[in-house]
Amino acid sequence: MRTSYLSRLLLGAITVATLAFLYVPLYVVARLSFTKAKSVSWPGDGWTLQWWREAWNTEGPREALMRSVQVALVATLIALVLGTLASFAMQRYQFFGKSSVSFLMVLPIALPGIVTGLALQNTFSRTIDVGLFEFRIGFGFHSLVIAHATFCVVVAYNNVIARLRRSSPNLLEASADLGAHGTQTFRYVTFPLVRSALLAGGILAFALSFDEIVVTTFTSGSGFLTLPQWIFANFARPKSPAVVNVVATFVMVLSIPIAWLAQRLSDGGADT
Amino acid sequence: MGERLVDAPSLSGTDTAGRASGPSQPVRGLSRLFRRHRRLGLLSLLSPPVLWMLVIYIGSLVLLVISAFFALDPKSQKPTTEFTTANITDALSNESAIRLFLQTVVIAAIVTISCVLIALPTSFFIAKIAPRWMRRGLMVSILLPLWAGYMVKTYAWRAMVAPAGGNKFAAEGRGGGGFLASQLGWTPGFSKTSVVIALVYLWLPYMVLPIYAGLERLPTSLLDAAGDLGARPMRTFRSVIFPLLLPSIAAGSIFTFSLSLGDYILPRLVVDGKERVMFGELINSTLGAPNQPLAAAFTVWPLLVIVMYLFAMKRAGAFDNL
Repeated sequence: MRTSYLSRLLLGAITVATLAFLYVPLYVVARLSFTKAKSVSWPGDGWTLQWWREAWNTEGPREALMRSVQVALVATLIALVLGTLASFAMQRYQFFGKSSVSFLMVLPIALPGIVTGLALQNTFSRTIDVGLFEFRIGFGFHSLVIAHATFCVVVAYNNVIARLRRSSPNLLEASADLGAHGTQTFRYVTFPLVRSALLAGGILAFALSFDEIVVTTFTSGSGFLTLPQWIFANFARPKSPAVVNVVATFVMVLSIPIAWLAQRLSDGGADT
Repeated sequence: MGERLVDAPSLSGTDTAGRASGPSQPVRGLSRLFRRHRRLGLLSLLSPPVLWMLVIYIGSLVLLVISAFFALDPKSQKPTTEFTTANITDALSNESAIRLFLQTVVIAAIVTISCVLIALPTSFFIAKIAPRWMRRGLMVSILLPLWAGYMVKTYAWRAMVAPAGGNKFAAEGRGGGGFLASQLGWTPGFSKTSVVIALVYLWLPYMVLPIYAGLERLPTSLLDAAGDLGARPMRTFRSVIFPLLLPSIAAGSIFTFSLSLGDYILPRLVVDGKERVMFGELINSTLGAPNQPLAAAFTVWPLLVIVMYLFAMKRAGAFDNL
């Protein structure tokens, strides 16, 4: 498209400004994790590794990190299974109410976390009588996993169905023409086709669960904190802004290779 | 994809006698069963995810709304089994609650519009002007902050907007205030403006992503054609680009609008707690009162607005662009 030099320059400047807007706050937190002062004042006061050492030696953040990873792993696994099943059903069949399925999937992520959180908390805390027996889900690791899996399904679903839509149905027919039966077609054609979409969806679901705080607050019960909960519980304590800076920076650094991998996977899928 | 198909081991898996040497008999039997009864295949694929969503999620939402109709025992502050419409009536008619909800909707709308205004020129530059080799790097740079985490970024904005002196955090250090106060000499401080800025910051990548994807699908020849027909850039934007991007914008707005509307954690970090800015804070404090039925009644507001919003966006074609 022909655009004047001036408008190109202007658009370029806006893009640079957007990037600065996105990165300056992250830089500020990273820099503050090395400052001697125990505050969020800028500019920091010299350089020290004291807070990194302190964060490393404190049990709180480490336990929270482990807890977050465990919850995210199990929730991702459930979400991948449910999301993949739904996407195959949507791709292969016509049925009544089909258009509502994607609506149903996206609802837990589109509704405010506080509504989802309150709804699940209410359900988990009740004794549910199903006639033959009654049970109460209660709170703990399992309730967190159920809640997280619920809003992670949409990510897995979206990734897999996008891949299925892009891939040609001819591939399945070709496979059948070559004499493959259903399971072979799945093993040699369908599964390799969606493999990277599954991985990309899995990483996204993991990140979504790892990051979530609102629904988490309502469904975790007392006893343990996930990493975002730990940050939230500690940001206002007089001694800990410095340690929170360290934990925040650590999460950022940790996210870079994962983000890179996710990006590569979804790019790789674009050509298929 | 092509090369992978070629690499794949022999697809036929049959020997000369034409007998399959693939999976065991029961597995084959199962796949044959599904082929014969297509409905069975559909049922087994669809029922686990749909039942999970319906029973756990929709079921919980229904229970939540029902729980709003139970009276609270004033002594134990626990919900009783006594039916009442008082909570719902209160939630739907309480003037200060309605005002707070409207303010929340306005904030979410401002955030969404700001995201669109920033995302349009940025993604246009990346998709159509930047040299091809730069595009991927630029998109990764836009998306990377998404991974830094909600709490980390929210906390980062606290460090950005903290005013100089007077607040307990600045006082602990040298009192220069946060980054904005000391570098630019201006800061929105702990205020509604900070809430808007931080929300834009949080959800902007969710808007850039679908708009960029929409622009990539938009053939450049279309823009050239508009130019050849004498349209100036603004006219091309208004009559060609914008209408074609609407579904993408709608898709992005689901995230920017919904995620902003429900937030109640962020205001606690970038506003110093004296007044409520977001409706979620009211729900949360009502729950902590503790008055679970009234809190449940309050959720009817965001529930209604978001479901209506989703239906509108579905009509705008957002769901094909998620």
